Amino acid sequence: MTASDSHTTLYTVSSSPHAHSGASVPCIMFDVLVALTPALLAAVYFFGFDAVRLVAVCVASCVGAEALCRKAMGRPVKAALADLSAVVTGLLLAFNLPPSLPSWMAVLGSVFAIGIAKQAFGGLGYNPFNPALAGRAFLLISFTGRMTAWHAARLPERWSFGGLTMDALTSATPLGMVKDAIKAGDPLPVAMDGATTLRFLLGDMGGCLGEVSALALLLGGAYLLARRCISWHVPVCYLGTVALFSGIHWAANPAAAMPPHFHLLTGGLMLGAWFMATDMVTTPVTNKGLVVFGIGCGVLTMTIRIVAGGAYPEGVSFAILLMNAVVPLINRATRPRLFGQRRKA
Amino acid sequence: MKMVSEFAKGIWKENPIFRLVLGMCPALAVTTSLENALGMGMAATFVLVCSNVVVAALRKVIPAKVRIPCFIVVIATFVTVVDLMMNGFLPELHAALGLFIPLIVVNCVILGRAEAFASKNTVALSVADGLGMGLGFTLGLAILGVFREVLGAGSITLWGALQWQFAENDTMILFILAPGGFIALGSLLALMNHAQSALARRSGGTFQPPPHLDCRHCVLCRWGETKG
Repeated sequence: MTASDSHTTLYTVSSSPHAHSGASVPCIMFDVLVALTPALLAAVYFFGFDAVRLVAVCVASCVGAEALCRKAMGRPVKAALADLSAVVTGLLLAFNLPPSLPSWMAVLGSVFAIGIAKQAFGGLGYNPFNPALAGRAFLLISFTGRMTAWHAARLPERWSFGGLTMDALTSATPLGMVKDAIKAGDPLPVAMDGATTLRFLLGDMGGCLGEVSALALLLGGAYLLARRCISWHVPVCYLGTVALFSGIHWAANPAAAMPPHFHLLTGGLMLGAWFMATDMVTTPVTNKGLVVFGIGCGVLTMTIRIVAGGAYPEGVSFAILLMNAVVPLINRATRPRLFGQRRKA
Repeated sequence: MKMVSEFAKGIWKENPIFRLVLGMCPALAVTTSLENALGMGMAATFVLVCSNVVVAALRKVIPAKVRIPCFIVVIATFVTVVDLMMNGFLPELHAALGLFIPLIVVNCVILGRAEAFASKNTVALSVADGLGMGLGFTLGLAILGVFREVLGAGSITLWGALQWQFAENDTMILFILAPGGFIALGSLLALMNHAQSALARRSGGTFQPPPHLDCRHCVLCRWGETKG
């Protein structure tokens, strides 16, 4: 059929959308995996075999749990595995675990993340909570001791980088050390001079596998932004709120608080802001909603971090999970005006 | 014969926890250990049987318009009896169950049986119904209690003397905390529905989950879609 014989031309009539960017779930998930690669390399560099072990265990058990759940629910297995979302969940969960965690705990966390936080709600697209973070919260509450047992990054005692010689920071995470010191009334243990800032930026500190290297995570985040897998709203609002909150806190009393760049570079903030709080399924759909979501995450994170009596030195995972819970309300409050609908008086 | 069937239905076919999904407050709150679960189950069974007897005996006297307050007064009387008896003879269990003993007054299983069964049936049948429902409730609590205590504490302890230790450390503390209760109950319900639907398929029929547990009646996915 040619276009000339118009009286016989059949037009395709379909509902919207009529223009499609070509993006698909596997495509986006693959982009996320690419974006996580620098952080993965940094994790392997800093934590060595433990990083490889935990990533392998988490990814394998997430994919396994996904296949088993789909089979038990009588839903297509191959399609669910082919969209790579279980691989992303496994990788993100591994990034949220301390390097010394036993493998069987990582398996439990993966099964919880996929089985309960994702498939029990209906699978990809229906889960109200980020599966990887739910898995982390499950492990953190269940095995608090193991989940907060940090060992020093597996670095040579001293290493040089661009003429700078640095010591490997041992034991606790910087956030944990600062919180303990403030609780005990001791002077702050970390001075944020140029060398320390650079060290934190590169990732030479105690922490979970994937959260230490802010630089690698920023690279990944920039890639996601460039590929338009995420919008700028959540990361910018989240990081901006944290910076503003900690800035005010610091300006009020510089002797008993850490400056904003400390709060931006330590803990899971970069990982959370670029990779977890931007999860399409568990975040609001409108741009206005994303702004609210990012600000809420920032306020909650800083509240958990600096409340003096609080048990947890780090609040990114709980902040994002709490905001995930109010996403339906945010969506309802920020629903765009329909074309032709009256503005509210 | 009817006595037996009224008794037996509470154990499984209309099990208050797993089939009727009633009495969720104690089911989630006191099932942190098998001992607490059994204590709670026994106390509720006692109140259930006694209140069923009194309500059935008075069913022709109680005016329909004020029946709920009347049931509550009857139930509260027996709950007070249990509360004082337990405080006197089992002070440790009383301390462990705490507020949840007085809360048996508003246990939906008990009020539900008074309203749905005892107020329409004879005393003898009401005793059978109360016993069956009470034991079914106890059974449900015990299953939850074993599940949570084994996973959360790694051991089973009964009255301090009988003790089985399964794991020394690295137990999942989450399961003896509140969220663990919800997760355990949800997992058990899902497991049972799955098993029953598989059984039904094998025998050529279809399995209908209790209507309030049906996915179609859940509004979680539709939050925010409708106004108000």
